[in-house]
Amino acid sequence: MLAVMLETVAIRPAAEARPAPSVRELFLGFAKISLSGYGGVLAWAQRVIVEERGWMTQGEFNELFSLCQILPGPNIVNFSVIFGARSCGPGGSLAALGGLLGPPVVLAVALAALYNAYGDLPVLRNILAGVTAAAGGFLVATTIKLGRGLFTGGFTAAPVVAAAGFVTVGVMRWPLPWVLCVLLPASVFVAWLARRSG
Amino acid sequence: MSTLLILGVNFAILSLFAVGGVMAALPEMHRLIVEANHWMSDRQFADLFAIAQAAPGPNMIVVTFIGYQVMGIAGALVTTTAICGPSCVFAFWVGRMWDRFKDAPWRMVVQRALVPVSIGMIASTAFLIVQGVDRSWGAAAITAATAAITYFTRVSPLWLFAIAGVIGVLGWV
Repeated sequence: MLAVMLETVAIRPAAEARPAPSVRELFLGFAKISLSGYGGVLAWAQRVIVEERGWMTQGEFNELFSLCQILPGPNIVNFSVIFGARSCGPGGSLAALGGLLGPPVVLAVALAALYNAYGDLPVLRNILAGVTAAAGGFLVATTIKLGRGLFTGGFTAAPVVAAAGFVTVGVMRWPLPWVLCVLLPASVFVAWLARRSG
Repeated sequence: MSTLLILGVNFAILSLFAVGGVMAALPEMHRLIVEANHWMSDRQFADLFAIAQAAPGPNMIVVTFIGYQVMGIAGALVTTTAICGPSCVFAFWVGRMWDRFKDAPWRMVVQRALVPVSIGMIASTAFLIVQGVDRSWGAAAITAATAAITYFTRVSPLWLFAIAGVIGVLGWV
């Protein structure tokens, strides 16, 4: 999801009519996207769906993805549900979702069990001390990259909204749903005002 | 049973509040699991986050790891289903009427309004993880180096995680 927001996908010229994938193809396609997508699946979703299988044009892909970013919940999960439904109805949604989540969930359970059993071994503690520090650094870099966009694109008050979210949720540790109940309408309001004046 | 219920209900609510994806919802999961209920330590939470980042699959898979650590396989299934369920139903429903409002002026406004909110939440996640992890100069140095390399180059984070793991084995963290 992080890489998803960072990724800028080049728009290619739209091609002719596209073949709709079957339920089986949906499952396999999304399983491939999921298992290939280290650290962010958007790039792989684009590669498999647009370039390899030709199920969508780049324009269609971008449009559906922008919808999935405004929907709550995991973006790529939303993408699989909507794309699956468009191709094969509710069964297509389930197939795409199953392909996307099935294999990594099985793998995650296995890894979690290993961590649960051996997580306290000294050698693993040492490895994880290094890896968690690196994972923290990766998040910091992602935040800075995303945050930079607040000052160039978007509306004038966008950095203020982001800072308010960071202070209330990150520093004060207030419950997220309550913060969002105030912050989201406020952000929409400010963005709306900016639209009318600009 | 009650733990599973608390997990399920809270993650289902969170599903609809995860603006910008699961990374944005991690601070709330941390609040629920580490701070409010003490189901795992700060360190374990950071461990699972890092393992999930290194494992294949979408970022949301961290939820499966968290569920397993709290309540085993049942916990993993409950958290994974709960974080996807409500948002999937919503997405399915919106997907069917998207053509009706994709060109509406408010759609662009909402889209622009969501970006800073989700960035604020991701910044919170970064703050939370770094705060829990950087308890030594070695760890802080790795965090700073990884942040700089990720920011200025296109090196895959997996390489950096692997190098950091090796540094850890050598006992320098």
